[in-house]
Amino acid sequence: MTAWHEKTAHEIRDLVRRGEVTAVEVTKSYLDRIAAVESKVDAYTQVWSDYALEQAAAVDGRVRRGEDPGQMAGVPIALKEVLCTQHGFTTCASKILEGFRSPYDATVVRKLAQAGAVFLGKVNMDEFAMGSSTENSAIKTTRNPWNLRCVPGGSSGGSAAAVAADMCAVSLGSDTGGSIRQPACLCGCVGIKPTYGRVSRYGLVAFASSLDQIGPLTKDVQDAALTLSVICGKDPLDATSADLPAPDFTQALTGDIRGLRVGMPRECFTEALGPEMREKVVTAIDVLRQQGAEVVEVSLPHSEYAIAVYYIICTAEASANLARFDGVRYGFRHPDVKDVREMYVKSKSAAFGPEVKRRIMLGTYVLSSGYYDAYYLKAQKVRRLIKEDFDRAFEQCDIIATPTSPTPAFEFGAKTADPLEMYLSDIYTISTNLATLPGISLPCGLCASGLPAAIQLMARPFDEATLLRAAHCYEQNSGIQMGKPPIA
Amino acid sequence: MSKISTNDVEYVASLAQLELDAAAKERLVQEMGEILAYMDKLNELDTANVEPMMHAMEMTNVFREDVVESSISRETALQNAPVHDGQYFIVPRILEGDEA
Repeated sequence: MTAWHEKTAHEIRDLVRRGEVTAVEVTKSYLDRIAAVESKVDAYTQVWSDYALEQAAAVDGRVRRGEDPGQMAGVPIALKEVLCTQHGFTTCASKILEGFRSPYDATVVRKLAQAGAVFLGKVNMDEFAMGSSTENSAIKTTRNPWNLRCVPGGSSGGSAAAVAADMCAVSLGSDTGGSIRQPACLCGCVGIKPTYGRVSRYGLVAFASSLDQIGPLTKDVQDAALTLSVICGKDPLDATSADLPAPDFTQALTGDIRGLRVGMPRECFTEALGPEMREKVVTAIDVLRQQGAEVVEVSLPHSEYAIAVYYIICTAEASANLARFDGVRYGFRHPDVKDVREMYVKSKSAAFGPEVKRRIMLGTYVLSSGYYDAYYLKAQKVRRLIKEDFDRAFEQCDIIATPTSPTPAFEFGAKTADPLEMYLSDIYTISTNLATLPGISLPCGLCASGLPAAIQLMARPFDEATLLRAAHCYEQNSGIQMGKPPIA
Repeated sequence: MSKISTNDVEYVASLAQLELDAAAKERLVQEMGEILAYMDKLNELDTANVEPMMHAMEMTNVFREDVVESSISRETALQNAPVHDGQYFIVPRILEGDEA
């Protein structure tokens, strides 16, 4: 029999609802798994053993009394440190929020709790979600379960590593430029960034407000559809959440993609993409063709400008958002200050890490007098050109397929010396955030090195149904067995 | 020559309320210089007639009914404050002058 912690969320949910296993048994299995492998992976920043068992017991009580235990009944979940929870701490993996206790739960946390999910704890990330390797965490170093010498990707590296190592059934991450999809790729799990506005950002500590979205990392596409259905929808507490119905995305997983048009952007399949990754992604697109999709070439002519646009807009927004960490209402205050100005300066300077400071500096620069038009305004204009590229491409196709990451997982330290090289890790993922589109990363085999490769699919805004249908069809027909990572 | 000087870095740091040691300044002159040079790629594009994309979603005036709803208590609001007196957040003195 498969251990409970190796099962998917929908399997667990069905078994718990039918009373064939208790949520407490499932939770214990996951807690045992965490105890067994955490010292190797270091995904968790907080493990809430007692609280998890309490939540599980409450779910079991509802099952026993014949009440509806919810769509995520008994599903053990890990939360990224950037999501506000009343239980435990919310640190953003930063020294500046060490010990911070949120006075409220993020909307996604509240919705999952109402649906019967069981929170196991919180997982590691790059400080304030700034990074592509989780090496920028101020708390600990998370390792890739497929190769402990490699990074798990980032910024949701703890979320991806925890799912890959069966240390949770589902995790939530956040994605500003690829922070769900790139670690999902590097760790061999499924990760979806919903359309901007699909999921409430209330209780997500803001990095770049016009780009951030919360989404799930899961073991399969059905779990991604299930979790997204539970967390999405209009929220009065987030004015940018879209006033659209919250559909049951699992209904979209019909297996039928006949007539679906899949676009391959020629700009994403150039020499810059290594031959092994290219071969894996092209083979994956062939699976969609064999299932009845029509593959067409499309063009996204402004792709080469996306990284420049992204790092202007995200740093500008970050510099504004992070100004709130001033040592007054919460967070670290330097003990030795003589006036208010010194309190701001010394507190921030002592408690923000180097990458966060670098981005605050860049963002402040591009917004400063004399440079605003040249950088920030220019970037907003080119952002529109990038969005219009996608509008035109989606006249010729329903789904766009690209790699998720130019390379599989890399070793620790490989890109830390050169920030620009680290920024280029996001080359295939950031355009979806700029254009506000939904995107999903799906495992598509193992490289010769034994590390996972992935394909990324994108769809029109708010067309997660088509995105998930195509993803599910690929997963069911790829013939690829990823297997489990080789940790004990 | 770098896109920005040590003076520029010091000026931006003061705007950003950051204090940097000499090594950090030197590193930022180089790193920000390289990153900003990369960003200059955008100047290849003529955007004179392009509207800036100011918002991720084109929505305006999201209203709700003007009804008072519950909010967090004073105690909860103060629970994370580095220094408070049970009533207020306490910060170093801002205005000059004698004790009131």
